Amino acid sequence: MSRIGVFTCWCGENIARTVDVDEVAKRAAELPGVRCSLNYKYMCADPGQAIVREKIVSEKLDGVVVASCSPHMHLKTFRKAAQAAGLNPYLVEMANIREQCSWVHHDRAQATAKAIEIIRLAVEKARNDAALQPIRVPVTRRALVIGGGVAGIQAALDIADAGHEVVMVEREPSIGGKMAGLSETFPTLDCSQCILTPRMVEVGQHPRIKLYSYSEVEKVEGFVGNFKITIRQKARYVDISKCTGCGECWNICPLKRNLSEFDYGMGMRPAIYIPFPQAVPARPVIDKSQCAKLIRNGCGLCEKKCKAEAINFKDEDRFVEEAVGAVVVATGYKLYSIAKSQPKTTLSGYGEYGYGKYKDVIDSLQFERLVSASGPTGGVLKRPSDGAIPKSVVFISCVGSRDNAKGLPYCSKICCMYTAKHTMLYKHKVHDGQAHVFYMDIRAGGKGYEEFVRRAIEQDGAQYYRGRVSKITQEGGRLVVRGADTLAGMPVTIEADMVVLAAAMRPADGIEELAQKLNIGYDEFGFLLESHPKLRPVETNTAGIFIAGACHSPKDIPEAVAQASAAASKVQVMLAADELTREPEIAAINEQTCAACFTCVRTCPYHAIERAELRTPRGAFIKNTARVNPGLCMGCGTCVSVCPSKSADLLGFTDQQVYAEVESLA
Amino acid sequence: MHMDVAPNQVVRLVQLGEWEKALQSRAIWECVGCQTCSTRCPKEVDCAGVMDALREASLARGMAAADRYLVVAFQKIFLENIRRNGWLNELELIGQFKADVVLHTGRIPFLFKDAGLAPQLGKRKKLHLIPGKARDRGVVDRIFERCASERKA
Amino acid sequence: MNIGYYPGCALHGSSNDYEQSLRACLSTLDVQLDEMKDWICCGATAAHSLNHKLSLALPARNLAVAERDGFKQLFAPCPLCSMQLLKAKKAVGDERVRKELSEIVEADVRGESEVLNLIQLFEKIGVERIKSAVKAPLKSITAACYYGCLLTRPPDVVHFDDFEQPTSMETLVAALGAKTVEWNYKTECCGAGMTMSNEQIVLELAHKILSNAAEHGANCLVVACPMCHVNLDMKQAAVERRFGKKLGMVVYYLSDLVGLALGLSAEQLGINRHFVTQA
Repeated sequence: MSRIGVFTCWCGENIARTVDVDEVAKRAAELPGVRCSLNYKYMCADPGQAIVREKIVSEKLDGVVVASCSPHMHLKTFRKAAQAAGLNPYLVEMANIREQCSWVHHDRAQATAKAIEIIRLAVEKARNDAALQPIRVPVTRRALVIGGGVAGIQAALDIADAGHEVVMVEREPSIGGKMAGLSETFPTLDCSQCILTPRMVEVGQHPRIKLYSYSEVEKVEGFVGNFKITIRQKARYVDISKCTGCGECWNICPLKRNLSEFDYGMGMRPAIYIPFPQAVPARPVIDKSQCAKLIRNGCGLCEKKCKAEAINFKDEDRFVEEAVGAVVVATGYKLYSIAKSQPKTTLSGYGEYGYGKYKDVIDSLQFERLVSASGPTGGVLKRPSDGAIPKSVVFISCVGSRDNAKGLPYCSKICCMYTAKHTMLYKHKVHDGQAHVFYMDIRAGGKGYEEFVRRAIEQDGAQYYRGRVSKITQEGGRLVVRGADTLAGMPVTIEADMVVLAAAMRPADGIEELAQKLNIGYDEFGFLLESHPKLRPVETNTAGIFIAGACHSPKDIPEAVAQASAAASKVQVMLAADELTREPEIAAINEQTCAACFTCVRTCPYHAIERAELRTPRGAFIKNTARVNPGLCMGCGTCVSVCPSKSADLLGFTDQQVYAEVESLA
Repeated sequence: MHMDVAPNQVVRLVQLGEWEKALQSRAIWECVGCQTCSTRCPKEVDCAGVMDALREASLARGMAAADRYLVVAFQKIFLENIRRNGWLNELELIGQFKADVVLHTGRIPFLFKDAGLAPQLGKRKKLHLIPGKARDRGVVDRIFERCASERKA
Repeated sequence: MNIGYYPGCALHGSSNDYEQSLRACLSTLDVQLDEMKDWICCGATAAHSLNHKLSLALPARNLAVAERDGFKQLFAPCPLCSMQLLKAKKAVGDERVRKELSEIVEADVRGESEVLNLIQLFEKIGVERIKSAVKAPLKSITAACYYGCLLTRPPDVVHFDDFEQPTSMETLVAALGAKTVEWNYKTECCGAGMTMSNEQIVLELAHKILSNAAEHGANCLVVACPMCHVNLDMKQAAVERRFGKKLGMVVYYLSDLVGLALGLSAEQLGINRHFVTQA
């Protein structure tokens, strides 16, 4: 026999103004199974909760219905209250008579009648509730960080400093990401490497961080708290445990003229190389597509020169397994490809800017390398075609971004700021140079950002034109840039020595494959999807996997760092104990009636259902069955709807409960 | 600059509902219809199509810019010519165009502009004194009838 | 090879030198031009400028008549005509529009015929085939290939070549043994049909085009459009007068160059009927 308590809340005026709470409490008392019914002004407040607890004890209630706001607001509150009074928290139901009643209706009589019906449903559900226990999942108290850029570094250090082991996987030969290649950062104009490399060294030396550089995530198995990651360590052909980083090998390498990836093609590197002097680990790698020894068994000079005998031409990719409990994805970004050839058919390039045709039309990261003190020109701004110092540079914003016709409608957020920065860096190096910026809007919303842009214009003399560039051609040795200034309503033609294009930010290559391995969502542009854009910006819909940095959306360094720390704190919550608890409102399969058709296995979006076997205690095979993994199931109910034998059900929302609710209305 | 308002400003006027300013502009008649604007627009606005629509509306409301008379007259007379002939009769077009412009503007010298070209064209056998009419010109006339612009309020 | 032919008003009017060039050149390549009976004006600039419905109806009528007469392909040597035909073809992809236009033009428009411009026609004949038929490589020609507006724009209608940096004409011209130049006004408008009604714009635009071609080392231009030819050839003297400089740039039709390379004479191709005949 049920003993349900119904507690109707006034919610101040929010409910009581439209719903007659006295009438509701009176009618609720008459519902079958209801032991007591009352109303109170603020059920969620301390006194209100105290009433609930008191009634549970004094009336020996075996179920509670709180008729108030949405369960999103206060279900946890009332479950805690019930638990404190000794009642299983999953015997608490909420009847939403605010968002679904008092807030959307005006007629008092009708709203009151509807509130009573809503409560009737909730009471029927409560009568069919079963006590459930939270699911305990063991946790491997280690974390994986994918990506060694500034976001990955921040997350790894936060988690490792909190006392947990971190495995970091970075696919380039060194960590540091895009930030390691920048010259100076806005709005402080700090030298980028100067502020980053200490962090990089910390990661390299941290006792609790295991760094797999020049490696990629090959496979991901398992579930929250219990991931098994297979990592592919790509062949470096250098044994980094023996190598001392002395540099004899890359100095002696005769094949010196390969385009440097780190310099985005603005400089050269040998076939055996270290990407930049401050690399972590400071060990070289051999590019197997360029090394004479690896291609046709020639040369081999580096091996001969190496005193530490660290060169190993027989190296091969190796696979390693690591067990972790949580994953942070921080794979960063790459720039949109401006030229005609594109990685996707939904994108197109800008033929009119001459990128790829004219050597002195470059993109923003290439410009960073040309002005960087550690760059291919030693920080002297020499233009690529003839090494001349440009006296007139045009900077074009929104190349690829905000362009529906090219396939990327979004704003890349950082370009307005770094373009202003570029004009300042340019002016500081070329005192008699003139910077011209073609922009559509100026987005400078961060702390000190607007003032920074004004400095570029007012102190460093950058000339800004509000309008786009229609075409860039080459006449004589100069680049003729034809654009417009819509504020003055006139065309503007600039003869420039160099043009810098602020290309859009896109997620790094391979993001879609990685997301599929991790079973997390991504949008049409490849950016990883967060659980909730406002309230859950670092979690994904897959338990245990978090995201940080530019792989989520275009952002600057302060935001990437903040997001990384946020992700790290979520990981720390997860790794705080040896066990995780999960809500028990998950699917359960009646293994006796299950026909093992495995439709549910194929349909489950979280891959939470496994194929299992029922065996006798002695091990004899009885039958196949589907089995829900309580660590992964998110309680979406898809399996329940597809199961042909009705063997799958949702705990806390069973078929029986739902039918009971529906029938109670008849 | 030839245009009194730039193409992006023409589109802006339309967005703001400033119909008179847009329809009375010289810009829409300076436009040569090269389609570069629509091809380049990142928002995929068919600016060339906007220009076409404004020209049609401007003429229908008698708001075409007075100092662009030649352009407007040429297009109108061209259409009348192909309606009559089914295709273009160049000599007729030139003759009518010049006469119309002179009548409207009083600039008699216009009659003789490029007159020197006539013998040059003749010498090169590019002048067709009896060009003939298209067999299907009846259909053409009916097509024109069915497409006659409806004057909208 | 036989191909359906839509001449358009210009080719049968004062640009009949273009038609002479085409006929001479194509017959040497064994291509017969089957002129459409009952073609009508495509509407040109005047229709799309003054009457949207008419600008779709006139070319739609031509498409319907071509189909009626069994032409699976239609070669239109004037890019304005070919663009308008393609626009109508695209428009009738919408069934509602197709029905309405069919009623207006008194014929069923299905838009199934393929529409080709001159460069596409040569590509269909085969650049390699033309190359192997070259008898007199054009060693003295350094050409600036001028595409104008409507061969490559609007790209979602004509779908031809790269609309910012086209190269189809250069490929063909190079196969004839001529040199081509890299220059900056390949697709900039010449002023189109404004020759009589807005001469100033035409002179300014033609001046930029002719000058830039010369500055980049070309000794001639090559075009595939009768309007471009008029503005750059017939009006070249006026450009020289207005801007006070000698240009002396011969403007060839693309079929002129192909014909010359195949061994035809300037007279056969009608090149002597151009206004600018000597460099």
